[in-house]
Amino acid sequence: MSAQDRWIHTPPRKSATFDDAAIAEIRRAAATGIYDIRGAGAKRKLPHFDDLLFLGASISRYPLEGYREKCATDVVIGARFAKKPIHLKIPITIAGMSFGALSGPAKEALGRGASSVGTSTTTGDGGMTPEERGHSDLLVYQVLPSRYGMNPDDLRKADAIEVVVGQGAKPGGGGMLLGQKITERVAGMRRLPVGIDQRSACRHPDWTGPDDLEIKIQELREITDWQIPIYVKVGASRPYYDIALAVKSGADAIVLDGMQGGTAATQDVFIENVGLPTMCAIPPAVKALQDLGMHRKVQLIVSGGIRNGADVAKCLALGADAVAIGTAALIALGDNDPALEAEYQKLGTTAGAYDDWHEGRDPAGITTQDPVLAARLDPVIAGRKLANYLSVMTLEAQTIARACGKSHVHNLEPEDLVALTMESAAMARVPLAGTNWIPGSNI
Amino acid sequence: MPTVDIASSPLRELNSALHKLTPNTNETHWTVSNPRGQHNIAVGLDFPVEIEIDGHVGYYCAGMNKQARVTVRGNAGQGVAENMMSGRVHVTGDASQAAGASGNGGLLVIDGNASARCGISMKGIDIVVKGSVGHLSAFMAQAGKLVVLGDAGEALGDSIYEAQLFVRGTVTSLGADCIEKPLKDEHKVELKKLLDDAGVEGVSPDEFKRYGSARKLYHFHIDNVGSY
Repeated sequence: MSAQDRWIHTPPRKSATFDDAAIAEIRRAAATGIYDIRGAGAKRKLPHFDDLLFLGASISRYPLEGYREKCATDVVIGARFAKKPIHLKIPITIAGMSFGALSGPAKEALGRGASSVGTSTTTGDGGMTPEERGHSDLLVYQVLPSRYGMNPDDLRKADAIEVVVGQGAKPGGGGMLLGQKITERVAGMRRLPVGIDQRSACRHPDWTGPDDLEIKIQELREITDWQIPIYVKVGASRPYYDIALAVKSGADAIVLDGMQGGTAATQDVFIENVGLPTMCAIPPAVKALQDLGMHRKVQLIVSGGIRNGADVAKCLALGADAVAIGTAALIALGDNDPALEAEYQKLGTTAGAYDDWHEGRDPAGITTQDPVLAARLDPVIAGRKLANYLSVMTLEAQTIARACGKSHVHNLEPEDLVALTMESAAMARVPLAGTNWIPGSNI
Repeated sequence: MPTVDIASSPLRELNSALHKLTPNTNETHWTVSNPRGQHNIAVGLDFPVEIEIDGHVGYYCAGMNKQARVTVRGNAGQGVAENMMSGRVHVTGDASQAAGASGNGGLLVIDGNASARCGISMKGIDIVVKGSVGHLSAFMAQAGKLVVLGDAGEALGDSIYEAQLFVRGTVTSLGADCIEKPLKDEHKVELKKLLDDAGVEGVSPDEFKRYGSARKLYHFHIDNVGSY
């Protein structure tokens, strides 16, 4: 190429708007005529807990001695109305994930891991399996719009009930389980034809709005004789009002799921474009509880992109009572393990990016109903990995809490936090680091 | 035969007493008076007991019923017999929306009309409505039979799976993937049994049309996108 040509032809420049991913998606849509369906949560860069820092102790605050001075982590959930509230040893629970979306061994592993460290697991769309009940000391039973597998016997076997209004990955959307995973057992539990593409309802069949929800919750309490707590789960969209309405409706606890929260399967366009990031949803939720005098009386469980003990501590400092993990728990079991890279390559992906959970071909044996693949997951070993991970997260959260001088992780508070960016300062409602400025606080 | 006046005693006491019944009990026939539209009456029963409720009830009466036979001598509010598993619920008046929603089994009989979304997400329950049903009845209906002696409103059986619908009168419109199907002899036998069980006399199965799933939407295809 001559010097003149170099000046005539500018170097190739890719569009920031039409980047590789956008172009690939246009081409994929044109070729297939179907929107992209996938599992997991939002993958785009979002304001998240990494944008927050703890201040730690200094002259004006004194820390607790690591390993020597106690920093408690227990949580009681559901004491507002339930005769038998749930006592968790750690403030980290396992989020709702269905048998159907997950294999039997994966559900068993979740139960084993959670139970060994004193926390709860949660059913999902499709009902409760005996294996799941048997391996979970504390099991939360979801009441979903589809009502797949819903029955009063399992309701009474549960340790808590979770009325699912929405999910962070798809607030306003219903569940989805494609034909590959609707095996005879899954179809039987859901009363569906084998092998169909199942799309669940997005609204409950017998109630709409907070006034109805109040009556529905009363019905569930009557059926279970007011024994067990009733949670309400919402996707993060209008948290101040949703949390206030859930409290008004009589919830014992509220699960607030941000858009980084995973799903078994839904449209990519939904996952990436609907809902609020987890971090910015917590302050308005806590404000609603405080305005109603219900903070710490109605427990707030936050989920969506929780990865480590620092994320847990930050959620608690912002006012949550506990967190729930889904995607992270699957990774702890062995999802997206680099040891399976060759098999991920065959599926056209790579370890760390595999999200076609709906196709049921998970080489880790977790998001599948294929008996051969599912048999790869040893529920005892995977359960132990999950227990290890939950213990590490708890220790990490305690480490931070002690450094901030707290004898209980619940004593963490917004005052312990600063933000690294203006947007995270505005969203988390804590000062920009090195200043006392909370953007929007004077409005 | 216990009689409970729930205008003067808490609903909790009634439901609690019904939940505590044991197989040896002689209290197998209960009367509930003055319901006055209260919600959640006789929910979560799991015993072959007979309950007669004298008056109108609110939401979710006989919700998640198993085994019990519940009669409402009046109208029923939203979600009567929702998620019923077995037994029988009989409403002598009209029922509000979502009657029999997501029911798995048993028989729901409504002597009057049922409002919108009757039999929504039904999963094996049989429902006989002697009057008419409102719009979106049998929406996403998975299994069981809905029999309507009167008319059906708009979008009957929208997104239906394998439930069977029998309508004696007119249907304003059928929902996505719901089509009329031949009424064969085997269907007439099933229908006759349901009519008999519901106490319907002088009506022949031949007077009904049968509707069910075209099964075209069981697998997503872009060419069907206009149906959603």
